[in-house]
Amino acid sequence: MTGFLQNTFNGLVSGAFYALLALGLAVIFGMLRVVNFAHGAFYMLGAFGAYVLLTEADVPFWAALVIVPVGLGLLGMALERAFIHRLTRLDPLYNFLLTFGLTLILQDLVKLRYGVQSSPYATPSALGGSVNLGLFDFPTYRVFILGFAVLVCVAVWWLLSHTRLGMVVRAATERPELTRAFGINVGRWVTPVFGFGIGLAGLAGVLAAPMRAVNPLMGADLIIVVFAVVVIGGLGSIFGSVAAGFGIGLVQAWGEAYLSDFPIVSQTVVFVVMAVVLLWRPAGLFGREEAPA
Amino acid sequence: MRRTVGVAAASAVVVFAAGCGGGGPQSGGDQKLTGDKIVLGVLNDQSGAYSELSGRNSVTAVEMAVADFKAKYGDKAVTKNITVETADHQNKPDIANTKAAEMYDRKGVDLILDVPTSSAALKVADVAKEKKKLYFNIGAATTDLTGKSCNKYTFHYAYDTYMLANGTGTVTTEQVGKNWYILYPNYAFGQDMEKSFSAAITAAGGKVVGKDGAPFPNTSGDFSTFLLKAPTLNPKPDVLGTMQAGAELVNVVKQYNEFKLRDKGVGLAVGLMFITDIHSLTPAALAGTTYTDAWYWNFDEQNRAFADRFQSETGTRPSFAHAANYSAALQYLEAVQAAGTDDADTIVKGLEGKEVNDVFLRNGKIRAEDHRVIHDAYLAQVKPQSEVTEPWDYVKVLKTIPAAEAFAAPSPDCTL
Repeated sequence: MTGFLQNTFNGLVSGAFYALLALGLAVIFGMLRVVNFAHGAFYMLGAFGAYVLLTEADVPFWAALVIVPVGLGLLGMALERAFIHRLTRLDPLYNFLLTFGLTLILQDLVKLRYGVQSSPYATPSALGGSVNLGLFDFPTYRVFILGFAVLVCVAVWWLLSHTRLGMVVRAATERPELTRAFGINVGRWVTPVFGFGIGLAGLAGVLAAPMRAVNPLMGADLIIVVFAVVVIGGLGSIFGSVAAGFGIGLVQAWGEAYLSDFPIVSQTVVFVVMAVVLLWRPAGLFGREEAPA
Repeated sequence: MRRTVGVAAASAVVVFAAGCGGGGPQSGGDQKLTGDKIVLGVLNDQSGAYSELSGRNSVTAVEMAVADFKAKYGDKAVTKNITVETADHQNKPDIANTKAAEMYDRKGVDLILDVPTSSAALKVADVAKEKKKLYFNIGAATTDLTGKSCNKYTFHYAYDTYMLANGTGTVTTEQVGKNWYILYPNYAFGQDMEKSFSAAITAAGGKVVGKDGAPFPNTSGDFSTFLLKAPTLNPKPDVLGTMQAGAELVNVVKQYNEFKLRDKGVGLAVGLMFITDIHSLTPAALAGTTYTDAWYWNFDEQNRAFADRFQSETGTRPSFAHAANYSAALQYLEAVQAAGTDDADTIVKGLEGKEVNDVFLRNGKIRAEDHRVIHDAYLAQVKPQSEVTEPWDYVKVLKTIPAAEAFAAPSPDCTL
């Protein structure tokens, strides 16, 4: 029983990363109709941002947790204005290619400076120990990640459902033309929303730095799963992406724990789930079918 | 619209996961005779996971060997026209295959060096056999190079899975604890390592109480399921043996520390580790970990002198792969000098059974039976942070494993 709870907890921690990344992708897709392939690269930049701040400027983890997402958010906004924005009216494939190219460039730039070997990043000392969760001890840092990610997800949900800004974003996501017809300037919100999504990826990166290998390819490995998560949850669905993120984290952890004789299962389970979901509900678990325009 | 993009994204995921194919085959050009020159070819990973532990710096190491050879023989050298070619195989067997053929056929390469990644290494062995040209493998670990896939023109120079397992498995079982839990990446290298380790541990009187193949590549980056399982096994393992490499090893070690397994009485042994891995994890994260090293830069004065030169060229301390590339290039040039020709069959004859001592090879011998180059190996332990007095000096050598014990006897599967 204890073992099951521990594995469940770990699944949720992995899921927290998926959820944060998928949430950013979903927000961006909802507003811009852009599938951002560079999301993994920004996650990687988040981790490197924390590493560089710590080693070059002695900026601690806590400050990095604020500085890096904001900085990357601004970078994201600049990129949206400079490039992505110009391609949104064309076939979505153009932005696929653009963001994919961006990924390769960002990865190689980091490789050029920091090499492929992982860079060290220590767990902040306040979170280095472990806490007793009743039945078992658990690393404090993992508890922190889970709590923090849930907090962020709830905050984003609140922002979208209880504020005027959220209302505009939701309206623009569902019916952009109609929203415009009501005299709302949708275009004004596109850039900040893109920056916000990128900021979330950066935040996930900072959170990952103490417990994952910090190297230029860390995002490339993860993003494949995150795309599957987004597709399972339903493209553009905020709730769907978060739920699918945590769900996939759990499924992977349970798969590893209870089907350890078949490693191939936990390796492929995400994609099997994705295929099944697409056959059953082509728009994803929480996505809405739309009649062709 | 949403649906179109959805399906497109899903198919993109599949394409992504499947990985991209390599470049197409290159057409053969005019074939040049090697004539009055020697060309060494370094074929390795120059952009991916293994580019730091070998990569471009191994090209520098080979260039150092060429310079030393020229300095030693001066006007008496068989030729002064020695060049070094290099290519990036990206750890992909198909690219390694194409590049190796290109090196031998079009660039007049007499000897291909390095080639990490076992699957790529085996492909190049086939090319060497077909072209009847020499190939010294350094970077790959598979024992198949001197087993069922051995051939007359292929030599395996630095290490292999047997050496790693035998050193770490045996000595850790004798000195640290008898019960092991083995965690390995579930692909050819990891499965090989698991088998070699299990055999070595059992032979030393230990027991493998549990073993698990982790997904490879482990996209979630999470190994906690296995790390949580380790201390709950019955009997409780004394040692966690991880066969992960590169970034995955970093993840395992970070999480091993997070779950405080050392405090729970589970020590750590690493299957394959390079000095560059310790550098990126910091010695504090690995203190007390044992592993087998093929060579250590600060082992003695001779190694240190080489390391100082290497550092002035590259800005970093050499891994064993760098030193082995230097040594392999040098020994090849010496063999050509002795034979007065670069004819591959003549060189092979000269190398077989030869006993060698240089900066990398201690009590080295090039076995005639299977072309395994045997030499002393070292059981190393990562120092606690407090004992690290200079950058990169991260380990102490616990024991020198004599050449004859470090490697397996020639495999009956090998007929040259």
